[in-house]
Amino acid sequence: MNDGEITQKRDRHQLGFWAYIMTDCMLFASMFATYMILKNATAGGPGASQLFDLGYALLLTILLLTSSYTVGLANLALHNNRRKEFIGYVAATIILGVSFLVLELREFAVLIHEGHGPDASAFLSAFFTLVGLHGAHIAVGLLWAIVLAWALYRQGRHEDIKRKFGLFSTYWHFLDVVWIFIFTIVYALGVA
Amino acid sequence: MEWLIGRFDLSYLPSDPITMGAAIGMPLILIAIVAALTYFKKWKWLWTEWITTVDAKKIGIMYAIVAIIMLIRGGADALMLRASTAVSGPGGTQLFETDTFQQVFTAHGTIMIFFVAMGLMFALFNIAVPLMIGARDVAFPFLNSMSFWLFFAGMILVNASLVVGGFSNGGWLGYPPLTELQYNPGPGVDYWIWSLQIAGIGSLLSGVNFFVTIVKCRAKGMKLMKMPIFVWSVFVTTVLIMISFPMLTASLGMLSLDRLAGMHFFTSDAGGNPMMYINLIWAWGHPEVYILVMPAFGIFSEVVATFARKRLFGYKTMVWALIAIMFFSFVVWQHHFFTMGAGANVNAFFGIMTMVIAIPTGVKLFNWIFTMYKGKIDFKAPMVWFMCFAVTFTIGGVTGVLMSIPAIDFQVHNSMFLVAHFHNVIIGGVIFGYLAGLTYWFPKLFGFRLHDRLGRWSAYFWMVGFMLAFMPLYALGLMGAVRRLDHYDDPAWIPFFVVSAVGVVVIGIGLGLFILQIFYSVWKRKTLRDTTGDPWNGRTLEWSVPSPAPHYNFAIEPTVSRIDEWWYQKQDGVSVPKDKDYKDIVLPKNTSLGFLIGMAALALGVGLIWHIWWLVIVSFVGLVLFVIRRSMDDFTEHTLPAGEVMRMDREARGI
Repeated sequence: MNDGEITQKRDRHQLGFWAYIMTDCMLFASMFATYMILKNATAGGPGASQLFDLGYALLLTILLLTSSYTVGLANLALHNNRRKEFIGYVAATIILGVSFLVLELREFAVLIHEGHGPDASAFLSAFFTLVGLHGAHIAVGLLWAIVLAWALYRQGRHEDIKRKFGLFSTYWHFLDVVWIFIFTIVYALGVA
Repeated sequence: MEWLIGRFDLSYLPSDPITMGAAIGMPLILIAIVAALTYFKKWKWLWTEWITTVDAKKIGIMYAIVAIIMLIRGGADALMLRASTAVSGPGGTQLFETDTFQQVFTAHGTIMIFFVAMGLMFALFNIAVPLMIGARDVAFPFLNSMSFWLFFAGMILVNASLVVGGFSNGGWLGYPPLTELQYNPGPGVDYWIWSLQIAGIGSLLSGVNFFVTIVKCRAKGMKLMKMPIFVWSVFVTTVLIMISFPMLTASLGMLSLDRLAGMHFFTSDAGGNPMMYINLIWAWGHPEVYILVMPAFGIFSEVVATFARKRLFGYKTMVWALIAIMFFSFVVWQHHFFTMGAGANVNAFFGIMTMVIAIPTGVKLFNWIFTMYKGKIDFKAPMVWFMCFAVTFTIGGVTGVLMSIPAIDFQVHNSMFLVAHFHNVIIGGVIFGYLAGLTYWFPKLFGFRLHDRLGRWSAYFWMVGFMLAFMPLYALGLMGAVRRLDHYDDPAWIPFFVVSAVGVVVIGIGLGLFILQIFYSVWKRKTLRDTTGDPWNGRTLEWSVPSPAPHYNFAIEPTVSRIDEWWYQKQDGVSVPKDKDYKDIVLPKNTSLGFLIGMAALALGVGLIWHIWWLVIVSFVGLVLFVIRRSMDDFTEHTLPAGEVMRMDREARGI
């Protein structure tokens, strides 16, 4: 492939990825709409203000926002061809992402243990699905980051990895934005 | 045993004679196909030429084959329904049990929309779009193959339900709470959910793929306002797909969580809200009908301009009409349930929006008529399909506007009047359009035309059959017949139902003629051979390459400077390319991963339907590994040297 064709390919992948992100926006929008409609349908059980802890959610937010920062740094390191630094920042991102997921799952486990599982009411179904959908996206992102880091380690074909890591960081920032909406709508407005 | 086969047991095998016949027939056909492939030693050919292909044209042909087979299946369902209502009046007998009847109409609707209309649509996208914009292939050839195999997996699930477990009885949109576990514990609804979910994700990915193809892969000089109208229609359709299909994914996902994890999104207890589902699914469903019909508008725009030998009247208004429909299609969904009780103001808004959306549609019809005006019209089969469309679709449009008035809708809601209306637009608009499109682009794919007279007769039979089958339903609707009715007590309805059944038979003859036309044309292919590559004296780029189109589409990348480029190039005189004009071509390599991902999705669906958890885990892990495997593949392309391209091109052109 010549340079023109490589640029063309990168353009296509970038536009395609943004288009995919737009479809994902619609998926989350559907879930947010459902959550808003069902948030008072607690079937006599406790509502958002009794169940959620804003401090805990803030901790999750800080973890995720920090991971977005490290992804940015990783991207920068990759473009400056500093491989070790890149691997370090990716590792930091993965650790932050995993901690986020573990804490989120712990929150889920506590709720389920106390009898407020997703089958308790329409409100809790919507909560678990909306937040869980975001969590599943994070899990996919973590797997993707590991695969990319491994690919770089294995073959070191820079141009391709640069392009793919660029897409990954777009994805990761997008999940951050979605989380900010979750934090605001589910936790902050729920507790208030 | 439960860990191995989930909730399956022998009681899920069919017991009544009709499903038994189908259940035995389908595996027999499958065995016959396998035997034939083995006997003629065609397995390798099937694998290398078709299953692993990433060539958009071949993927398009596979979509078309699946869709036409599904058209036969859905048509058989329709025949069963109308045969049943023809004899189930007062004093008559029901041909099947009520539950079977419900499964049949659910399967009919699901198959016709998702696997016939969507299938034919993606077939024509694949066949025509890259060629019309002067591209070698779509933007993401691998994704394209994967989308097809996901569509295929969904199709297999719908049909497998006939053999094991039965299908959903909840209607083509599966309204809860009827489709919830409480009222529908069996696997039928799960078949419906997972076949649509898997096929739907394929459609979504195709939407992204063609969007990027049209934005990024157009020939040099082809500005947006110089694209053929069919490409424009595909472009707005892909935008609709990208915005609306995630809502389908979400609604189906939530319904399946209700059923699998005991959640309460749409249940009738614990705060669940069934109307939430109905809003969500129609927020997808209304754009979906425009997704289906807009490409048909695009096809007719090409067909009318070609066969009237005139430039399309009002190109710009055509484009703006498409864009207007794209926007308005998102603000009319509530007209599907005016009776929900949203209140007078909400109903008035959606009613008015529904009337407004008829305007751009009307604009298009006038544009086609003005294109024909003073044209030298050649009534080939695609043009006959257009004439049938113009009449039928207009009637359907008028009854649609009629129903957009909430007060009238309250009277005819969920009646046979509605059934007549949407068949009027879906058969008259979508099916006529796609059959016209298949006829129109057939020579580009296979190198010979379809037999014209048989094609025209097929259109006439479809048209007459359509009128017989659906005009009585308008009357029945006004007389009070509701849809999905398996027996009735009013003797006055009998003649209408009988005429309707006759109509279905006539449509069946039309479909038979269409299929006969394909086989007859294959037989007579020598006399129908298209030697020029331009059998209709066409206007757009696809007719500038030899027929059948080479797998690289264009030996030399075309340059465009105006609408209907090829038409004007022909008048200027086409120059023969010189040796140095040929360049190396980079082509995507075949891959089996699209197929494997589709099959893993199929296994995942089976596991989720039957609660076979080990299969769910294995197929899910497989799916993830296949995707990772593909992302690791660095050498997905190969190069065709310029000399080779030159040799092949000159041979095809007979130079």
